[in-house]
Amino acid sequence: MNRFASLNRIIAILRKEFIQMTRDRLTFGMMVGIPVMQLLLFGYAINTDARHLPTLVEMGDSGPASRAIIQAMETSEFFDITGIAASPEEADIALRDGTASFVVTIPPNFERDLARGERPQILLDSDGSDPVAAGAGSGAFAGIVQRALEPYLGEMTPPVETVIHRRYNPAGRTALNIVPGLLGTILTLTMAMMTSISLTREAERGTLEALLSTPTEAFEVMIGKITPYVFVGSLQVAIMLAGARFLFGVPFLGSPLAFVIASALFIVVNLALGFLFSTVARSQMQAMQLTMFLFMPSFLLSGFMFPFAAMPQWAQALGQLIPTTHYIRVVRAVMLKGAELPDVWPSIWPMIVMCIVIAVVAIRRYRRTLD
Amino acid sequence: MDGDLVIDVHGLTKSFGDTRVVDDFSIQVPRGAIYGFLGPNGSGKTTTIRLMCGLLKPDGGGGTALGYDIVTQSREIKSRVGYMTQKFSLYGDLTVKENLDFMARLHAVPNQKETVLATLEEYDLEPRAKQLAANLSGGWKQRLALAAATMHKPGLLMLDEPTAGVDPKARRDFWDRIRRLSQQGVTVLVSTHYMDEAVQCDSIAYIAYGKKLIDAPSADIAGIVGLTTWRIEGKGLQPVYDALEHARGVDQIARFGSALHVSGRDEAALERAIAPWRERPEFEVSKAKTGLEEAFIWLMTGAQDNFQ
Repeated sequence: MNRFASLNRIIAILRKEFIQMTRDRLTFGMMVGIPVMQLLLFGYAINTDARHLPTLVEMGDSGPASRAIIQAMETSEFFDITGIAASPEEADIALRDGTASFVVTIPPNFERDLARGERPQILLDSDGSDPVAAGAGSGAFAGIVQRALEPYLGEMTPPVETVIHRRYNPAGRTALNIVPGLLGTILTLTMAMMTSISLTREAERGTLEALLSTPTEAFEVMIGKITPYVFVGSLQVAIMLAGARFLFGVPFLGSPLAFVIASALFIVVNLALGFLFSTVARSQMQAMQLTMFLFMPSFLLSGFMFPFAAMPQWAQALGQLIPTTHYIRVVRAVMLKGAELPDVWPSIWPMIVMCIVIAVVAIRRYRRTLD
Repeated sequence: MDGDLVIDVHGLTKSFGDTRVVDDFSIQVPRGAIYGFLGPNGSGKTTTIRLMCGLLKPDGGGGTALGYDIVTQSREIKSRVGYMTQKFSLYGDLTVKENLDFMARLHAVPNQKETVLATLEEYDLEPRAKQLAANLSGGWKQRLALAAATMHKPGLLMLDEPTAGVDPKARRDFWDRIRRLSQQGVTVLVSTHYMDEAVQCDSIAYIAYGKKLIDAPSADIAGIVGLTTWRIEGKGLQPVYDALEHARGVDQIARFGSALHVSGRDEAALERAIAPWRERPEFEVSKAKTGLEEAFIWLMTGAQDNFQ
């Protein structure tokens, strides 16, 4: 058989997949709907939580500068000033039982020390047990104070020292982590599931027998089956990126090229995994379960839910074997830290290795006979 | 290799787990023949067909199909065999034409567009070209499947119970097409449960429990089995049935409409058993030609005995 025939066969399978995809509106709708829904759920839940958080004030001083700071905090929308704490003890209790997420303490003689240029301290205690919630306000605090005092002192070296004291979870995390994490887990779930299901469905419906009775090779089936979903995956990435940018203002600081390479690689890895699952699973149900088996560690061990560095050694070792871990690192670094391709290479090459290994195993396992 | 044999396999054996599904199976099918595969459900017909077109690898034995080794050259065989599966195996969510386009590309059919259009016309599928395959009736599905299996002009057609669940008119139409293909030189191997279809085959292999019990021209089968058959007609046949069921010389007794067919291998003993009923005026007793059906029921009974 010549190369043209092979290309022709790949095109045949590819076209067939596209047609079937457009006929199955519900599934296609879900593929587009899942990223949108997750993004809105996670994104907005976090955003509303991160804003208007109940805040107590311990007023050691009540001069105009102090009041300007409190005013600026309220207009920033991160903080809702809910009351005055009479004593440090009262503030502690409010933080512990959750009636306040923040306590801001303006020390006695604040105005006087400020005027003398003695850089008085302002303390912000935050409830770190919900790190995502606490992160946004804490991050913005120093800037808010600085800007609030500008009319009084002009632009000079910070006139006050802001001290942020995260209670209960000193490490803390930023809300922006949610987008890289979601990108990774959603692609894992949908890509691996769609390929494994679309292949086991052929076995279940008996159409695999007709496919196998033609001179079609395993790699032709693999390319023909996988390519349409590369497009779907790219669509999902685009939706997530647009949502992140326009709904939540997540920045994109780094190299788009690195992002595209990593995303394409990650999509292919997951599709190949789906193909591999389909060679193991005997039914669509089993394919589904295998995907969940992949999804749970991707969700829990990839650094999405829990900070990677804080996990025990064995969990970190397991996490290194999961493609999602590496992808999330690349996306975080590129989007939030402005990384370029060489910076993220340590996370890209493991995905290349995984891709090759998984594809080779999957093709070797693919049943060319019905045994 | 004998140039006139399209299928030539010896000693094929295949087990799934502990069950031996195909046991020492050999067959020689000459070019242009319509060869029937008969046998009870679960007798290994489908597995045997799959072995011969390279969809399964045998545990033992081997041979050739269309001159290619069934173990090592399955790719060559696949591109020259038309295989119609027992279960409808085209895509229900594709239209008739999309299914044909798909199979034409997979088989690298030359002049793909023209071939598909010609096939649609040849099989009267044009009015349904844009219909989803899932919405076709059983007879039309089967016609589409045959069209898809013959588009690449295979030299050998393997049809696995192609007419199961199809109405008599569609079956007759289907067999007209099979005979036409056979006249064009296509060798056809077809498994079936219908006796009227078995009669149309040039030769028949009867398979039960993985073993080939008989393999002969369909006209010779009755003779080979060696049964003599008497036909008893009349009203109130139940007492006759009860009396003859365990009579000496009677190997098999079966109802055919308002008649009983009583068969046995020992001609004299059978005649003695029948004798008392010949004198009864209310029954009409005559010697009958042993049909394929009696022969196969006999074979099946024998196979079960061997199996136990």
